[in-house]
Amino acid sequence: MIELDHISKNYGARDSVSDVSFKVEQGAFCAIVGPSGSGKSTTLRMINRLIEPSAGTIRINGEDVAALPLEALRRRIGYAIQSVGLFPHWNVADNIATVPRLLKWPEERVQQRIDELLALLQLDPAIRTKFPHQLSGGQQQRIGVARALAADPEVLLMDEPFGALDPITRETARTELSRIHKSTGKTILFVTHDIDEALGLADKIALLRNGRLVQFGPPIELLTRPADEFVRDFMGGSSLGLKLLALRQVRERMKPEPASGEPIAPETSLAEALSQMVLRRTSRLPVGGTGGSANGSIALSDLVG
Amino acid sequence: MMPRNRVVFVLSLFAFAACIFAGFLTIAPNRLASGQSLTLWQLGGIPGAALTGACVALLALSFVPIARGVEYIVLGLAIAVFVFQLFAAGFLATGSLTSAPHGTRVSLGWAFWTTGFCLAMIAIDALQRLNAGTLARLAALAIIVAATALITSGGWFDGLSLMREYQTRQDEFAAALGRHCLLVAVAVFLAVIIGAPLGLYVARGPQRSAGTFGVLNMLQTIPSVALFGLLIAPLSALGIGGIGAVPAIIALVLYSLLPVVRNTEAGISGVDRGVIDAARGMGLTPAQILWRIELPLGMPIFLAGLRIVAVQAIGLAIVAALIGAGGLGSFVFQGIGQYATDLVLLGALPTIALALAADFILALLAGFFERSPS
Repeated sequence: MIELDHISKNYGARDSVSDVSFKVEQGAFCAIVGPSGSGKSTTLRMINRLIEPSAGTIRINGEDVAALPLEALRRRIGYAIQSVGLFPHWNVADNIATVPRLLKWPEERVQQRIDELLALLQLDPAIRTKFPHQLSGGQQQRIGVARALAADPEVLLMDEPFGALDPITRETARTELSRIHKSTGKTILFVTHDIDEALGLADKIALLRNGRLVQFGPPIELLTRPADEFVRDFMGGSSLGLKLLALRQVRERMKPEPASGEPIAPETSLAEALSQMVLRRTSRLPVGGTGGSANGSIALSDLVG
Repeated sequence: MMPRNRVVFVLSLFAFAACIFAGFLTIAPNRLASGQSLTLWQLGGIPGAALTGACVALLALSFVPIARGVEYIVLGLAIAVFVFQLFAAGFLATGSLTSAPHGTRVSLGWAFWTTGFCLAMIAIDALQRLNAGTLARLAALAIIVAATALITSGGWFDGLSLMREYQTRQDEFAAALGRHCLLVAVAVFLAVIIGAPLGLYVARGPQRSAGTFGVLNMLQTIPSVALFGLLIAPLSALGIGGIGAVPAIIALVLYSLLPVVRNTEAGISGVDRGVIDAARGMGLTPAQILWRIELPLGMPIFLAGLRIVAVQAIGLAIVAALIGAGGLGSFVFQGIGQYATDLVLLGALPTIALALAADFILALLAGFFERSPS
């Protein structure tokens, strides 16, 4: 569990972050979002003390981070950034092994851990001896995530880790991160300015503006009950409804009535269902069961709720 | 018709013109008299014809469409002709001495130096066009060095005035060469010991750069002879002595500081900020970041600075002879005093060779750091 307790950071007279408090539960995926200059990166970097807060306390599992030795603290927190920051003079294996070696793990365990991580990120073991400049942007980013996870940290801090990727690679990376989050159960704090990325990944969103926390809660809450006009606009303004549909699945709204045509899966999002209706020029879609046959349907009116 | 390889065209044209019009050897009745310049054709014989013919062949090759095969031929021919030229110079010098009175001196003329320079440039250009690796460059250099050594040790150069000057000063030469290398090595070592930490200090606080570089830049603008002279008074006052090796080394260090400090600073500041951020975020200590990340990544730029410093110091150390520091400069200044060009060359040629060797070795080292980064 990570607790930010009245955290502020000011540079001279200018407040970069002021009085931010929120709590991220063990195993949660929290996205810190906000426009440029809203203090989201600063907030994240105060957790592993790359920036020291001017006021307030940060606790990880109840321990005040300010009381911990700096390097020891950082070695138990995974850290991945937009520029990835792989060491260009070290090969992939050495890059991944950075923190385990700092922690003086036996070499055998280090090697084993590298293998595990390459498997977790579905990377070819032959990549071990490659140097960063020989990798694609997507591969570099995955190695960056592997390196952040290497010493099995309690918490993973990610500062726009997918910011430099092209849209397609970015989508794959998101799916992968979601999978890794589910399989490892790590607590993840993720900074992004992209609200869709936050909605697709996070189970908690902290929305910042001008260094202040405007709203903190599950995505659906920010969509349905925005604290103010700014939150509503930031969450999508006129397309807010579509984003809401993207968060819900067909199974929640389907009816046992029959319909003809190719069935869609019950896990399909309502937004995707709407898209299918428009494409197929129909107001009712069959929904498939696990067996493949249709066992219900969803109508245009069901989408509204 | 246009030449396909303009570099080879121009260089071989120059070499050809030198073969025809300029003196290849100068024959003088004694060491100090100015002699009579003889062209290859006046010297006669097969070597002259062969050398001129080779230049024409290179000229012709510059019209052949550029291809790797052609480059190999140009490279091979340039190296072969270069070596042949050395041999021809020795052969013709010995030949022209057989019937000459005792004391006659034969020295190398403009044609020799011009063709030598052009051929070397053609070879270097070909190596560049072939995108030759370190090993190929090393091999080309080794062939030339080995051939020169063979021709020299075979006594082919003994007729040349340059060799006469060397033979009468063998011990002195070895001592001067050693002294020269020592002066440079000590100066470069001290410059690194002082300059690298200073560079790091500037990299850590960019606001310090204006003052530091201001002083170092000013030092660079002082003419070397003036700096050597300026050091005499304060050092004498300190009781160290204003002449000899100490002021020479101090001056060389002062000149070497700017490139060392600037390149250390550039090497360290040039490391990607993201890399440093990641390193800090993962819990590397500042010392670990310096030794494991910043220094290895900044090394190629630092070595580039060291390369400049080494070559510069080797050249500047010539002037150090003026304040009694010894080294190869002593031959240069003796030669100037005696109006004996070959004595000047005895000091200058090894200095050039040293500078080229230092440059080559440090370039190799820098290449090594860039290519196999771990």
